[in-house]
This record gives sequence, C-alpha cells and structure tokens, in this order.
Amino acid sequence: MLDLVAKRNWFYLFSFLLVIPGVISLMVPPRLRPGIEFTSGTTFSFRYAEPATTSQVKDIISGLGHSEARVQRTGENQFLIQTNEIEGSTTTPPTGPALPSERESIELALSKDFGGFLDTQGNPTTQFTEFSSVSAAVSKQIGRNAAIAVILASVAITMYITWSFRNVPNSLRYGVSAIVALLHDVLLVVGVFSILGKVFDVEVNTFFITGLLTVVGFSVHDSIVVFDRIRENVARGYIRSFPEAVNHSLLQTMGRSFNTSLTLIFSILALLLLGGGSIRDFLLVLLVGVSTGTYSSVFIASMFLVTWQQGDIPKLWRRLTGRPAAPRPVEVPAD
Amino acid sequence: MRRWWNRLTVVLIFIVAGFSFYAVWPDEPDRYLPDAIPWPSGRGLPGTIGPLKLPCHSTDKTSTNPAADCAGMTLGLDLQGGSRTVLQADVAGKQISQEDVNNGLDAAKQIVENRVNPFGVSESTVVRSGSDRLIVELPGVSAATARDITRPAILMFCEGVQQGGQGSGGGANTPLATVPDGSKVIYKKGTCEPDIDANGVAIDNGDGLSTRVAPVYLPFGGGATSDNIVWTPAQGDFNGAPTTMTGSFLQANAKVQFTALGAPELTFNMTKDGTKIFGSLSQRLIGLPLATFLDGEPIRGTDGNVIAPRINSQITDSGVTTGLSLDDAKRLRTFLNNGAFPIPLKVIQQQDVDATLGDEAVLHSVQAGLVAMLLIMAFMIVYYRLPGLIASLALVIYTAVILAIFKIGIPGSGPVTLTLAGIAAFVLSVGMAVDANILIFERTKEELRNGRSLIPSVEAGFDRAWSSIRDSNVSTLITCAILYWMGNAFASSLIKGFAVTLAIGVIISLFSAITVTRSFLRLAIGTPLARPLWLWTDDRPDAETPMSTRGVPGVVEGAENA
Repeated sequence: MLDLVAKRNWFYLFSFLLVIPGVISLMVPPRLRPGIEFTSGTTFSFRYAEPATTSQVKDIISGLGHSEARVQRTGENQFLIQTNEIEGSTTTPPTGPALPSERESIELALSKDFGGFLDTQGNPTTQFTEFSSVSAAVSKQIGRNAAIAVILASVAITMYITWSFRNVPNSLRYGVSAIVALLHDVLLVVGVFSILGKVFDVEVNTFFITGLLTVVGFSVHDSIVVFDRIRENVARGYIRSFPEAVNHSLLQTMGRSFNTSLTLIFSILALLLLGGGSIRDFLLVLLVGVSTGTYSSVFIASMFLVTWQQGDIPKLWRRLTGRPAAPRPVEVPAD
Repeated sequence: MRRWWNRLTVVLIFIVAGFSFYAVWPDEPDRYLPDAIPWPSGRGLPGTIGPLKLPCHSTDKTSTNPAADCAGMTLGLDLQGGSRTVLQADVAGKQISQEDVNNGLDAAKQIVENRVNPFGVSESTVVRSGSDRLIVELPGVSAATARDITRPAILMFCEGVQQGGQGSGGGANTPLATVPDGSKVIYKKGTCEPDIDANGVAIDNGDGLSTRVAPVYLPFGGGATSDNIVWTPAQGDFNGAPTTMTGSFLQANAKVQFTALGAPELTFNMTKDGTKIFGSLSQRLIGLPLATFLDGEPIRGTDGNVIAPRINSQITDSGVTTGLSLDDAKRLRTFLNNGAFPIPLKVIQQQDVDATLGDEAVLHSVQAGLVAMLLIMAFMIVYYRLPGLIASLALVIYTAVILAIFKIGIPGSGPVTLTLAGIAAFVLSVGMAVDANILIFERTKEELRNGRSLIPSVEAGFDRAWSSIRDSNVSTLITCAILYWMGNAFASSLIKGFAVTLAIGVIISLFSAITVTRSFLRLAIGTPLARPLWLWTDDRPDAETPMSTRGVPGVVEGAENA
C-alpha cells in the first residue's frame, strides 16, 4: 500500500520550498502593493476615440499636476490611471464635498485630445467609464478589519471543528491542524501576490481580502472532508495505528479531493477567461487558493495531525534544545 | 409507501423547478444563448400571485428601475452602472457635538433624498453608516448627476443685471433687467448665471419650455421686484481679480438676534478674503438688492417671495440684515452657515461605473457561468455516468431555483442584489454543490467495490457522506457570517453581496445535492436503468481487490454493520 504518511517530512520540505520565495518577497518592502483602498488615492479609466500611447497620456496627466500617476493601457485606446487622491480646488466651499472639481478639470483636459472619450459601446462621452477614490480615513480601517476577519474566522472554525469532532480523542488537534493548513494556504497566497506585485504590479484590494477569506473557507472545507474520513476510520477501531488510519483515509478521499478541485478550477477558469474584468485579481486569488487548499488538506493538515499525535513536535524540540527526553507516552488512538 | 413518497418528492421538485424556470427566463434569451435557436422570450413574473405578494412586489408604478415589481433581476452598481459616494462629517478642529453630527447627518440624508427625486433616480439608497458617515448609492445614474446630487449646494450671492453692464449705473436708481411677472428665468445649473444673448433672456413661462424675451429695465422698487429681477453672480474685487461671492467666504457663525424694538435681525461675518470681496461689491451695489441662491434656486421666504434685502451701506467684515420675518431670518441663517448640508461633509470615497460597462459585465458573467456549468456537467457525466447525469440535472435545477430566489427575494428584505462578486460567489457555490455530489458518488462507488448491491450502496453513499458535507458547509457558512460582518463594518455592499450570495448558494446546494439527487437516484433505481452496472461505476466488483481496501482487515464487515 502506498504509504504517504511515512513520507510526511518530504511534504513539509516541499511546502517549505513552496512558501519560502513568497515569505522572502514579503520581507522585502514593498511587501504587498496596496491598492487605493489601502493607501488612499484615485483610479479612473477611459477610452479614446483615436490611438494614443501610454507616454502621451502620462504627459497630459503630469501636466495637470499628477506626475506620480501610473498609466496602464488596458485595451484598444483604453487606459487605467492611478493617482494620489484627486483633491478639490480652492474655490469650492469648505462646507462640503471638495472632490468633484479637480476631477472635472482632469476629465475636461483629458477628453480634449485623441478624438475625445468613448463609452464602452463607442458613443462619445465626456466622462470616465470608471472612477474610484478613497481617502486615507477609510483605508486604515480596511486593513485592520481584514486582519480581524481572518483571525475571527480561524478561531470560529477551530471551535466548530473541535466541537464537531468531540467524539474523537484530542479533537482540538483536528481544529488546530486545519488551521495550520489554512495558515499555510494564506501564507502561500499572500506570498504569491507579494511576488506578483513586485513583478507585474498586481495590487491588493478589497477583492483580494474577499478572495482570501473564501480561500480560508475552502481550505477548511477540504481538510474537514479528509478529517471526517479519519474520524470514521478511527471510530471503527480495527486499524492498527493512527498513522495507518490517516494514510488509509487519505487514499480513500484522494479521488474526491482531486475531482472537486477540478470542478472548482473549471468554474474559476471559465470566469477568468470570459468574465475577468474588474474581478480578475479576485479569481486569481481563488485559483491559487483552491489549488493550495486541496494540496494542504491532504499533505499538510493530515500530516500535521499525525506528527502531533506521534509526539514528533516535542521530540524535535528536545533534539534542537538538547534537553534530556521527558517521559511522554506516544498516544495511541483509543476507541 | 417509501416509493410513493419519493415519487411525490420528484413531482414537487419538478413543480418548484418549473416555477423557477418560468420566473427567471430572460426577456431577451438571444443575448445570452446561441441565437440560432428561436428561444421563447420570458414573460417575467407578476409581483402578486393571487392574494400572495412576492417580496419583489412594489407598488411604485413610476419606478424606471428594470427590476421594479419583479420584472428583472436586481443588479448592483457594478452591473447596472451608477455611482456610490461616501460622505463623512468633517468635524476635525470644529466644535460640533456628537448630537449635532447625528442630527446633521439625518438632515443631510433627507436633503440628498430630496435631491434624488427631481433627477428621476428610482432605486437610490441613502444610508447612515457608523457614527459619522453617509453612503449614497445611485444605480443607473451618470457620474455628473451623481455629483450634482452629493455636491454641497453652493450658496451664491446674486445681484440684478444692470442696464449697460454691471457697475455702469448710478446707485439706487440704476435700471435692472426684469422679466414679465409669472415667468421664471432659466439659470445655469447650480448658479444664478442667466442665459442672455442678443435675442433676450431665456425664460420659462410655466410650460417647461425655454423661450426668450427682451428684458425690461426698471429701477428697484419702481417696477423691479425681487421676484422679476434677472439675477447674476455678485462679483467683488479680490486682489485685482473679479471674484464671485459664495458661501465659502462666510464664517459659519451667522446668528439671529433681536433689535431693541423686538424685530429680528440676522448678523453674519465674512472671512478675511470675504471681507475684501464683500466690501468691494457692497460699495458698488449700495441701494440695490442682493439675493442668495442655493442649488441654483433663489432662497425664498415663507411668503414665497425671493429674499433680497437692499444694501444700505458698504459691508466689510460683518453685515446685519433687518426687515426679515423671524422664520425667514432663521432659514437664511441655516443656509449661510452650512450651504445645503447642515454640517460640513467631505467625500471620502467615490466610485462611478459607466452603465454600458456594467451591461458588458453582465453578459460576460452569464456566458462564463454557462461555460463553467457545461464543463462541470460534461466532467460529471463522463466520470460518474448515470449518477453524474442526475447530478447535472440537479445542478440545472439548483441554478434555476437560486436565480429565482435572487429575483423574488427573501420575505422581509426584498430581492437579492446581484453584483459581480455575487456572481463569482454563485459560480463558486456551483462548484461546492457538485462537491457534495462527488463525495456521495465516491462513497457509493466504494460500497459497490466492496461488493454491496446497488440500492444499499447508494443509500450508504448518502448516509456516510453526510457528516463531511455538513461540517464543510457549516465552516463555509461561518466564513460567510464573518464576511457579512466585515462587509457591514466596511460599509462595502460588494463584500456583503458576496457573503449573502455564497450563503444562499451553500444552503440551497445542500438541498439540491442531497434531496434532488437522492430522489432522482431512487427513481432511477426502480427502473431497468439499475440493471447495467457500467452505468453506475467504472469498477467491477469481481475485479482484483481495490487499492483502497488492500491490506485493511475488516473493511467489508465494517461497512456492513454501519
């Protein structure tokens, strides 16, 4: 019989190698390229009637006092611009929203050239097709709330698993192992986006956070299916040792894990290739997350469970610290 | 008995599915489906079925929203196009109590709502968020209109148009341009700039049309009244540049006091710059009236007349207006202090999506959804054969039911707003719905491999897979709840939409993957379809012992006593 559990340290090594580039990238600033929701700023997009180059557009915007603007070409004569927060001019009253005036002047100045703006159906327009602006006040809260959300989700899910597996010995370990796999997935996704941010200027926005939380849900979803099998096999009690029970469960659920991921990846790819648009980054998070979620549920969550149950962690700790072995019985799953 | 029960379930499923299909079938199916086939056009759904009122039913017959009264799906800003603005009370460094902020935001909300109506925006939402924010969502509205709605009304001081040009005449007897009584001068939006050319002033005679009349020049009080004067922005000199006097040059401390005789008087103070501008224009306009315009409309008193007090002497840093009724004085004070909004507000977040862009997003999403579903169905049928086909059927029913729920809505909260993120959540839930079926079928296959016969294998598949389906879906629901909470905290309808859509999807997928698939499978088991085993599994029970049970004693027995 294929013994996956015996090779668990190899899988740890593989995951370690997978995660390490992202972690290194995360240690080098800029750790992640924040979208405007996290920094404050303005993005807008428009489409010209006549051909224009990125540098021509950049020149116009620089001339309007936004030399920091990043200009991206997103399609035929289509541009996406990111600037610092567009502020109101001094003539608007201090008693109300100051934003529109500068926007209007930029719209006016940009739409003078290259045949003016077109909307997505090719009709002339004087306005941006998309405009989004966030001030610093909002951005601080978003980052904090996102971190709270991930932590809360982890705690709530651990509690649920511990409760749901209460008939199995050491049910807390199942919950914690699922969270270890989850953190592995989160770290990998964040790491990948850190690298993508450095190489392709991919930004982290609200969609990214939503995607990350979905990955959190999915990662646990996958781990639970495997754990459920372990629970069942342990409960039957005819398998000699815990590692054997885990290995057996892994092999039994392998087909399902693989097939489910495949169907999800179908869905995401279809959306990515056809729908894409503004949720492209979100789908990218899901694609990376679903793949690693499946991998980690089999090769991290279950393996970690065995490692813990076998008392490997204190063993390793003793070896590292050189302390004498404390008497600690290796646990054998009871009925 | 059980068989009859199952048949009844299948009939019920078909009724629900049929109703869902009827409810969600689009008006223009050719837009989404290959147009080679003459698809029937959908008829939509009536808002009431007999005495039953659907959650999407609305009595507002004037609504122009395509989703009004169950006619279509309710789309979010990103799919329909529109504008979202977040305003925040700007109280830093100002002495405004929390109670004033609270009342001020409520009043500002009311003002924005009032402005929405003339623009013909149907499904606008103006909500308070947190202690100091106001979120204005205006679907289907152009960015320019949205800006007009959320902009602070600019308070503007206006003088009468003088014969021969501003400042050319001599004091109180200067002839001012007037229009016939009962007609209204058409001003440029948000200002008091009239449209005057060689043919006269553009006016509206009360019929909503624009016509031109030659103005008649009369002195103030000698035929020219505050109601028939043609106004124009009052400009004063500011370091050599003619500058329009607006509310921004006022200090926000105007107050109503009473004279020794008990008559109300309004005192207002200029800023440093305002002192220069007002000083210059009031010197020029001594003896002439001065009106105030808000949102391009003259501020009127309780009697309906334009409030336009006469300037008696040069006003520099502080002015006093007398002769107003107490109500009018209070009214004018509010406007002078705050513009339109009773407290200062600033835009902290703004998002506009062009309507055509939203339209394209809907089309692409629907196409992507269809392709994803076809791919999943093909995979399921190839891999799981007859059960795969039944799962595919369940998937189609699932899609129809869930779209019907989005369209009809949840009792108490109305239709579910569909956003781009919501569509992503929906497609994800399709994947998860299939996952439940995969779990069940894998289990069934295992039981068949272990030599069990078909019926107990199918039933065991459902029973054994249930605990993992339950636990994994509950954990997804936990994530949904936290996302929803986060969406509330961010005031992000996008994240909230995602969470709600995913949660509904997860719950309905449980129903479709378990109840629908199970009923159909039980029905199929009773037919000759149950005979050929190759329709159910790709393993043969008499083949070599399958890998998964090799070396494990007691698995077969274990399966039997479960």
